[in-house]
Amino acid sequence: MQQSNAYIITFSVILTVVLGLLLSGTSQVLGPMQKEAVALDQKKQILGAVIPGEEISAMTPEQVNAYYGSHIASTVVDASGKEVEGTTAEMVDVGKNYKKPLEDRLFPVYVFHEEGAPTQIKSYVFPIYGAGLWDAIWGFIALDTDMNTIGGITLAHAGETPGLGARITEPGVQARFEGKEIFDESGDLVAVQMQKGEGRDYEDNLHQVDGLSGATITAYGVNNMLKNYLEYYQPYIESKKSSTAVAAL
Amino acid sequence: MSVETIEKTIEKKPAEALLSKRRRKLVSDPLVDDNPITIQVLGICSALAVTTQMKPTLVMAISVIFVIVMANLTISLMRNTIPSRVRIIVQLAVVATLVTLVSEVLKAFAYDMYKELSVFVGLIITNCIVMGRLEAFALGNKPYDSILDGFGSALGYAWIILAVAFFRELWGAGAVFGIPIFEYISSLFGPDFKLATNGLMVSPVGAFIILGLIIWVQRTKTGYVEN
Repeated sequence: MQQSNAYIITFSVILTVVLGLLLSGTSQVLGPMQKEAVALDQKKQILGAVIPGEEISAMTPEQVNAYYGSHIASTVVDASGKEVEGTTAEMVDVGKNYKKPLEDRLFPVYVFHEEGAPTQIKSYVFPIYGAGLWDAIWGFIALDTDMNTIGGITLAHAGETPGLGARITEPGVQARFEGKEIFDESGDLVAVQMQKGEGRDYEDNLHQVDGLSGATITAYGVNNMLKNYLEYYQPYIESKKSSTAVAAL
Repeated sequence: MSVETIEKTIEKKPAEALLSKRRRKLVSDPLVDDNPITIQVLGICSALAVTTQMKPTLVMAISVIFVIVMANLTISLMRNTIPSRVRIIVQLAVVATLVTLVSEVLKAFAYDMYKELSVFVGLIITNCIVMGRLEAFALGNKPYDSILDGFGSALGYAWIILAVAFFRELWGAGAVFGIPIFEYISSLFGPDFKLATNGLMVSPVGAFIILGLIIWVQRTKTGYVEN
């Protein structure tokens, strides 16, 4: 009886339905909490580009939300740098937009300002997204109000090799970008390039940082996404640059 | 003698003590004498991958204990109904479901851990210890014994990966559970003294070395020889 095909098929169908119901039920129950966790993680990454990582890891989720609420204002722009109405930056999925044609894409901008004072801007945070060696890599880059100096960067990845490409998440690697500049002397956007090899000093060069030994392709992925996204944001960056220049006069 | 009479004679015996000697052995054997990692050399991939720090290792250990115990229990409860021709895929379906549950719970309540362990939680499915216990024990034994057997094997796995993680985090990062031990010791010897950490321990090679040393020490003590 146990060996008959009918028994086996019935058994398999019942098992599949029971396990399927169990899994979809769990997913339904935990879904909202998972969404919250993902949203919180994104806020941590955005804040990570502007304040030290230890400060963020010392915060409770409520503190992160409160800090984010009182220090970050956000807006969404299109490829020409114009602000887009009717959506919020937190709703924009950068990864999904990455696959759309450039003119249809939405680009979130996060503005880091003094507590409760949105006009006293400290830096602008832009999301970046691209391909590493195995899977997607992404992050956030903060530019100071001169729209040139990098205030900080956070990098994350979906599946880079542990110990090699995955090192882009290490604070020590991310700190290499701080203080570098994205425009050269003639005003062209050159971004910042991670170099091949590791251990050399790039203190004197404003557009190069030390590379990742054994993870050159991941490093080049970081370079490409930085260059690409800074170019996408260039119209917005230029508009802010000229407005601060006017304000300085 | 038919199967029925055997079952009847067993039923007449007084119930076995909740923690009889045989049952204690089910739990204690896999800890040292029949350890899944050091003797059977199973589950090595995750033992290498997640053991750079104590915290993720502890989460991994708890996840594996949960998956093995629950899988053993489920399969043991169903053991008389599972058609033997599809038993492997049934085991796989049960294990995969449990692993997905663990992964979903981690994603909801410990997102940082979820990111850190990422694929390795999913890879509990392929942990040979899980399927090994289902096939070797749960399919032929009662639920309570299966729980004990699964718990023993999982604990044998857990203490080894925790031991490996302890030495790797201590020597590789100078810390235990993120507490900077080396920094503290260095400060005792004045400002110029600094205990160096070893980068090798952070890479998977370090896990091989530690694991090899543990196996060596254990086999020297127990006199176990592979045949």
